[in-house]
Amino acid sequence: MEEDFRKGEECPHLLDLIPNERDWMVKEVGGGGKGFGVIEEKKLELRLGLPGSEDWPAVMGKQEEHSVESALSLGHYKLCKTSGINPSSVGAKRGFFDTVESKTEVFQQQQQQHPGFLQLQAKGKDLSPKTNGRAEQQSLERKACGSSVAHGSAAAPSRNAAGANNSSQTRTATTPVVGWPPIRSFRRNLASTSKPSLESENGGLETAIKPENGGKGLFVKINMDGIPIGRKVDLKAYDSYEKLPLAVNELFQGLLAAQRDPLAAGNQKNPEEKPAITGLLDGNGEYTLVYEDDEGDKMLVGDVPWDMFVSMAKRLRVLKSSELSASSLLQLGAVTRKRTAAEC
Amino acid sequence: MTYFPEEVVERIFDFLATHRDRNAVSTVCKTWYRVERLSRRSVFVGNCYAVRPERVVARYPRLRSLTVKGKPHFADFNLVPHDWGGFALPWIEAAARGCPGLEELRLKRMIVFDESLELLARSFPNFKVLVLISCEGFSTDGLAAIATYCRVLRELDLQENEMEDRGPQWLSCFPDSCTSLVSLNFACLKGEVNAVSLERLVARCPNLRTLRLNRAVSVDTLSKILARAPHLVDLGTGSFTIDHRAEAYHKLINNFIKCKSLRSLSGFWDATPRCLPAVYPICGNLTGLNLSYAPAIQGADLIKLIRQCSKLQRLWVLDCIGDKGLAVVANTCKELQELRVFPSDVYGEGIAAVTEEGLVAVSSGCPKLISLLYFCHQMTNAALITVAKNCPQFTRFRLCILDPGKPDPVTNQPLDEGFGAIVQSCKDLRRLSLSGHLTDQVFLYIGMYAERLEMLSIAFAGDSDKGMVYVLNGCKNLRKLEIRDSPFGDAALLEDVGKYETMRSLWMSSCDVTLGGCKTLAAKMPRLNVEVINEMDESDELEENPSDLHRVEKMYVYRTVAGPRNDAPDFVWTL
Repeated sequence: MEEDFRKGEECPHLLDLIPNERDWMVKEVGGGGKGFGVIEEKKLELRLGLPGSEDWPAVMGKQEEHSVESALSLGHYKLCKTSGINPSSVGAKRGFFDTVESKTEVFQQQQQQHPGFLQLQAKGKDLSPKTNGRAEQQSLERKACGSSVAHGSAAAPSRNAAGANNSSQTRTATTPVVGWPPIRSFRRNLASTSKPSLESENGGLETAIKPENGGKGLFVKINMDGIPIGRKVDLKAYDSYEKLPLAVNELFQGLLAAQRDPLAAGNQKNPEEKPAITGLLDGNGEYTLVYEDDEGDKMLVGDVPWDMFVSMAKRLRVLKSSELSASSLLQLGAVTRKRTAAEC
Repeated sequence: MTYFPEEVVERIFDFLATHRDRNAVSTVCKTWYRVERLSRRSVFVGNCYAVRPERVVARYPRLRSLTVKGKPHFADFNLVPHDWGGFALPWIEAAARGCPGLEELRLKRMIVFDESLELLARSFPNFKVLVLISCEGFSTDGLAAIATYCRVLRELDLQENEMEDRGPQWLSCFPDSCTSLVSLNFACLKGEVNAVSLERLVARCPNLRTLRLNRAVSVDTLSKILARAPHLVDLGTGSFTIDHRAEAYHKLINNFIKCKSLRSLSGFWDATPRCLPAVYPICGNLTGLNLSYAPAIQGADLIKLIRQCSKLQRLWVLDCIGDKGLAVVANTCKELQELRVFPSDVYGEGIAAVTEEGLVAVSSGCPKLISLLYFCHQMTNAALITVAKNCPQFTRFRLCILDPGKPDPVTNQPLDEGFGAIVQSCKDLRRLSLSGHLTDQVFLYIGMYAERLEMLSIAFAGDSDKGMVYVLNGCKNLRKLEIRDSPFGDAALLEDVGKYETMRSLWMSSCDVTLGGCKTLAAKMPRLNVEVINEMDESDELEENPSDLHRVEKMYVYRTVAGPRNDAPDFVWTL
């Protein structure tokens, strides 16, 4: 069986399908956070299931026990004409999507195969198929395939048939296709026909861009250790982590200097003499930037993509880096970051 | 049961709620057939050409409510020529002759002439409900007839129709004695209406619960109407622009506050962010919200609004809500059942307004979500798998990736696995629309798992005939299959010809089906109408006898007991 499946000639793409950069797996995903995060990290949990067990939700139930909320396995996949009687033959070290792809190849080119299940297990266990699986498989073959299909022609699938068959199946959206996207005509021109009719009143279009409107701004509070007065910063004004520390510096530089030397508070003559607040994100500075997310957890700024950060951050805080070691940030794995303990 | 007098049997049949059940009992024996047909109050005809109107009326003389659908669904996207058919007149004529007690008529995708509406208005003294969805061919004159002659009209519901505007006087045709209106929706009307007539009409109809205005109605009129009808439950605003500094704005807010029963809002044409706060007072009660006509309301303002709508069950928005906005929806709208996200930037590549992230967020935050229409720029298998896991209760799942045939951008794979997960997980799925790069594999999954699937829409998908065959072989409850721009040909079409008699209809356009294949199908199955739609460019020569190998551009197949239709235009050949 294993050989069947692994025939190099029949499955020419098997080995090519695993891109090098993909982290395809073999980890038991426990406490990996929500599915969202897992997608980001591209963890795939693959499990080998037994042929004959049909109940995908039941299997999913088992998954929960292993706290695998983030599992991306697809459950039982009954494929006609695969040789996967021994699921392990699929090979434990195969990305889930890859395998199904390769099975498709096999599927098209082999006529007389039994259907098999395609749940792959990361752990590489060798599961021998139960004997009762076979009867089920055959009934499944009848059910799923239909006789005419199972013995159909061995026409090799043209993988890019989509492109070949129809000129309208281009991958770029440049040429407008009739009736695509499938929306009614009155929706097509909505953006261009709609205009606010209060132009005269404001001397211009009333759009959502005016800052006083607060239309597009996302202002969050930001406090700094040792400074009683907080500020607000507009996260939408920046598009990356580069500019945020500079903004923080601008907000607090003066206040910080005033705290340290009250006598110089009113002295605006030499702004250069105020020490800049640096190293907020790389752990090297006197201060570190953290944020509170929508669940109330304190997180280090810089871990997640900028856009996601903007959507999650509810307030910011500039902490003294020396405080970090004592804080609950440790529990979130902040220790994995390389930090030099800053002396205050 | 034969020992029961017929009156009792009839009473028992009253408890049968669905058409299917009533249809089933009518086949049991002659007595039941007779009892059922004479007591049948409501009939649904899914394809107006499947049965002759006279036949329906003859069988059900005591009919009170009739629903008829005409053109195939792809007519919504301009794939069906306007004069293809679906005329309402034969139905209204037959009903006028045979069912004078008709009270309700609902038509979808049909051609309705003013003469038909006039005949309707004059023929049924008890006429109460007229619903026209995606119809065309009539004007405000037809509406005037309805307003004038239907003395006990309760509902006039016009949704997304193409109607000609011949002036505002139709609204004034409602006589002063008309006080019975419960629902009035003229949102799709393009022309003006007389504001005073409208206000008066609203004022004298104490039972009015649904009112959907058109874009021509000013916010001033809206304000007055709200003052007169604070008991409204479903409101469609007109043009929603107002100077927020003006006195009128505060009046509007106050009038909104008085509408304690308001549960559903729509309209919002030309709405700008500064006007939105007018509706904040009632947001907490809203179960339905449609902001899909307001492209000027962008993400942040949408978010502000939605944060206050914790009871929302139905939400229609534009994709400028963004993934962030959808995350807010996920956090706020725990009762959400239906979500529709429409594209706002159709022609440009645009900024990716919503992606798979938004959908995943909603799927994870809204446990009651069962119906989805989602236009996005990209989707991944991983996201679909997660969605499938989060929401196994989907009944309607329509995903449209704007770029046809686009694969998963992360893995560059087709989206077979993602959609496969959806059909496998969502056991109650009745309607599915696919998009993105898809191979035959997805159809294998659909055939295997989508047992309850009734309607499937396919575009730019598949590799070979096998794809279509998997679906035809597998989905035993399939009723409507519509396919465009996919490589399915005669072999797939003819694989199981009997299947089409179990379905309402099959549409195939820009596929690989040939004239010969269609002829073969028509020959084998006399109870199917096989229509080939040949729109010729003027530059084409009119082929007297096109070869059987000629590819058919558009084909529509449907089961019928009425035989080939006699109102088909020249370019429609019934084989």
